Amino acid sequence: HLATSLPLPSERDHLRPRIDLIVFMIDIKSKYSLKNVEASLAHVDASFFLGKVCFLVTGVGRVNACSIETNAVCKLGEAYCSPVLFCELELEGIRVVTAQRLLRMLQICAGHIPGVSALSFVSLMRNSDDD
Amino acid sequence: ENVDPQKTAFLLRKAWTLYSVTPLYRFHRARLRDYARLLSAFIAAEKQKGLAVEVGVELDIKVAVSSLADLRGSEQDQAAVLVQLSLRSQASSRNSEDKLVWSGWFCSVYGDDLSENVPEDFTCLPLFLTHGAESYTSMVGSWFQKTFDCCFRRLAISPLNLSWMVAMWAGCQLDGAASAVELVFSVPRLSQPLDISYAIHPEDAKALWDTVQKTPGEITQEEVNVFMDCLYAHFHRHFKIHLSAAKLVKVSTAVASAHCDGIVKILHSQYLPGVLMLLTELAISQIQ
Repeated sequence: HLATSLPLPSERDHLRPRIDLIVFMIDIKSKYSLKNVEASLAHVDASFFLGKVCFLVTGVGRVNACSIETNAVCKLGEAYCSPVLFCELELEGIRVVTAQRLLRMLQICAGHIPGVSALSFVSLMRNSDDD
Repeated sequence: ENVDPQKTAFLLRKAWTLYSVTPLYRFHRARLRDYARLLSAFIAAEKQKGLAVEVGVELDIKVAVSSLADLRGSEQDQAAVLVQLSLRSQASSRNSEDKLVWSGWFCSVYGDDLSENVPEDFTCLPLFLTHGAESYTSMVGSWFQKTFDCCFRRLAISPLNLSWMVAMWAGCQLDGAASAVELVFSVPRLSQPLDISYAIHPEDAKALWDTVQKTPGEITQEEVNVFMDCLYAHFHRHFKIHLSAAKLVKVSTAVASAHCDGIVKILHSQYLPGVLMLLTELAISQIQ
């Protein structure tokens, strides 16, 4: 399901299936997309931040078109205990690999992989910095 | 740091195309005249190969390579090197004025980050600025690359860096009438390209920057973000367009103007060192 911002319209709440993973897409060429994501985060229930949220930064292949500091995005990821993935959608190879990664994450979040839950993402996030 | 305005007047009000240059190997300042001679011979040879020469017209390119002692930031910086190509056509034998057709200069203003880590035989002049025909730029570039084993790359300026520039330059104190602060945005993903030009009265821009900047002489990314957000919010209030979703391609102030393709025009000698310092930094980060 795609949405340009949150919250989702409440009229369709009863028809909506369970949400297992939220991927916030930030276009590195658009400051607006970062602001939009920051505003939308406020509408997400806290329980999602236990591994069911991830940030996907697109457009990183074009270094010279950067409108956002990557530092700012990484800080956002840290603040919300959620992983930040970087990709370039214009390159088919990277597009496919990124889609596969997200799909794998979704499978874990939906509970389809025995022995691994969304909480694993949170513990993976807290390795290097806390030593 | 006290640059003689007379000597640097030729730098102002010209559109310079920017390149980053890796350190030059075994470049000797004492041999500038030799280099001029060698470059001149190289260009003559290239022209003999048939590049951009009209049959029957004998074009004599004179090359001058000089050192600009004052054009540097710190003592660690190498002084700038200027290369000038002039045309001496057969017809003007009585007239001794040669026509300047191309200039390019290498410089380093507070480029310590690069020069600190480089072995003895290398000369660091990471910023290269050119004005004139692309064909000459490519010939001069090829000769330098072959002779000093260096590498030239066009220096593009990202929207992030352009917003840094406009915030810095809009806040500069200038005497006399200043021109408007202008930002040009390109709107992506439309069937026909659309450019939006946003002009702000220079006094309003400076007043805004003064309320944002906390410590004079220091600028943080946070302050630049606040400055730009104010401009975006103001525009959105009036036109309901989110400029933050568009690509900032050009900024213009009374101090200098810069385009994302790596083209810069410096308008005020007072801020020349500051502008060059920023450009040197960009060149160095492109090299590293």
